Amino acid sequence: MATVTDTATGSLSVRVARKIYPASGQREAQPVLNGISIDIEPGSFVVLTGPSGCGKSTLLNIIAGLDPDFEGEVKLGGPDTHLGYIFQSPRLLPWRTVRENIELALPAGDPRVGQIDDMLRHVGLEGFASQYPERLSLGMQRRAALARGFITEPDVLLMDEPFVSLDDPTAQGLRELLIGLWNRRPTTVIFVTHDRTEAVMLGTRILRMSSANATIVQDETVRLSPSERTDRDKVLAEQERIFRDG
Amino acid sequence: MQRPSPLRSAETPEWVSRLAWGLGSIVAFFAFWEVMAILIQHRHLPGPTVVFAAMMREATSGELLYHIGMTLYRVAIAFTLAMLIGSAIGIALGRNGKADRFFDTWLILFLNLPALVVIILCYVWFGRTELAAILAVAINKIPNAAVTVREGARSLSRDLSEMAHMYRFGYWRTLRHVTLPQLAPFFLAAARNGLSLVWKIVLVVELLGRSDGVGFQLGVYFHMFDVAMILAYALAFIFVVQIIEFGVLQPLGNRVNRWRR
Repeated sequence: MATVTDTATGSLSVRVARKIYPASGQREAQPVLNGISIDIEPGSFVVLTGPSGCGKSTLLNIIAGLDPDFEGEVKLGGPDTHLGYIFQSPRLLPWRTVRENIELALPAGDPRVGQIDDMLRHVGLEGFASQYPERLSLGMQRRAALARGFITEPDVLLMDEPFVSLDDPTAQGLRELLIGLWNRRPTTVIFVTHDRTEAVMLGTRILRMSSANATIVQDETVRLSPSERTDRDKVLAEQERIFRDG
Repeated sequence: MQRPSPLRSAETPEWVSRLAWGLGSIVAFFAFWEVMAILIQHRHLPGPTVVFAAMMREATSGELLYHIGMTLYRVAIAFTLAMLIGSAIGIALGRNGKADRFFDTWLILFLNLPALVVIILCYVWFGRTELAAILAVAINKIPNAAVTVREGARSLSRDLSEMAHMYRFGYWRTLRHVTLPQLAPFFLAAARNGLSLVWKIVLVVELLGRSDGVGFQLGVYFHMFDVAMILAYALAFIFVVQIIEFGVLQPLGNRVNRWRR
């Protein structure tokens, strides 16, 4: 495995020849990823979708550098590409307040500390800065995680099913919030979800993975303008076009 | 219709209610003790009034404070040493599976080694010195602290470590904001158990090989069969340990857990 930097900031080139989970107990070694080859342009919103267990999160962890045990190479654009990661669970420090959690994501003395209040206002957490995460609802914790992810202004933002296990209105509110944040501060996003509607609503490009052959089986550009993404009928029609073969 | 509780009305803060229960319970205990002492009428069971009178005599002579001070000094040094060394061992074993597998048997061995054996061996090997006394107490407590902190180190969240890595916390920020807060409840549990264990062992160490401290005094009054003085020293020391519990450990525990719902 290797992670190197090259080309334009925010671009990515991912080659995973093979990723295997080693044998454990009676279970044989299993290939999770096979022959993955992706090139991502700066500023694009790429959605990785597919059934549970097809290797989406594994691929995201490989890109993040959290899983170095694979055959292949991840090339990050620019000499000091900054990666951000919004995890499936908010992963806030429960013993630090919302403000402290966001502040800790910034280097000590960073001027962006002054933007935290504005960011909290933007994600609807004004007045909750001094609350501990355990006293907030899951939806609010996810808002705080979004604020932490965006305040660092990453060149590439990785998101692993960040709206899973939320009720529909809350998840929809957070999707709109994410689009707002992304428009406010455009960055390359790689977003993992198994929700096809969410994939079409958010992504500019959809990479569909299959668990049968552990690779990407479809690479599709989403043909929706920003205004059409909030139109449920247009989203469903595009979803039908992209996923017509099951 | 809602009826007010006879013990705690809506206006009574919880701490007042708890204090009232605590005081009531202590008064009841001393009353029971006094009644038993009056009924039995034996010089080996003095009542609380006799014990408190003996305590006052020893306090005004300065003896009580001196010996409690010496015991507290030994408790403090042995406790600090044991916590530092035990925590370091616990963290090392909790984070390194191979070391844990290898040294686990050693830990079990030391955990089951009777305190008295360690004390006797320390006095035999190093003489009846202050160093031997403190070492004997610390060695008794180290495995206990190591086992408790090891559990904490084993259960450190990988999710939070990954988060800290992705957000570039660096070593010191990760240690301060991610690792130590997760270990804090385990440190506190080790400290709580440790304090109660250490002061009991210090008394034995003093009884067997020192010429001052509460343990030494208990030995002296045991030879004189002066039960009132034995109880006076025991009560005075329990009082001091309770002050440490309520004045230091409980506020520390509340601070460590303030973020919990």
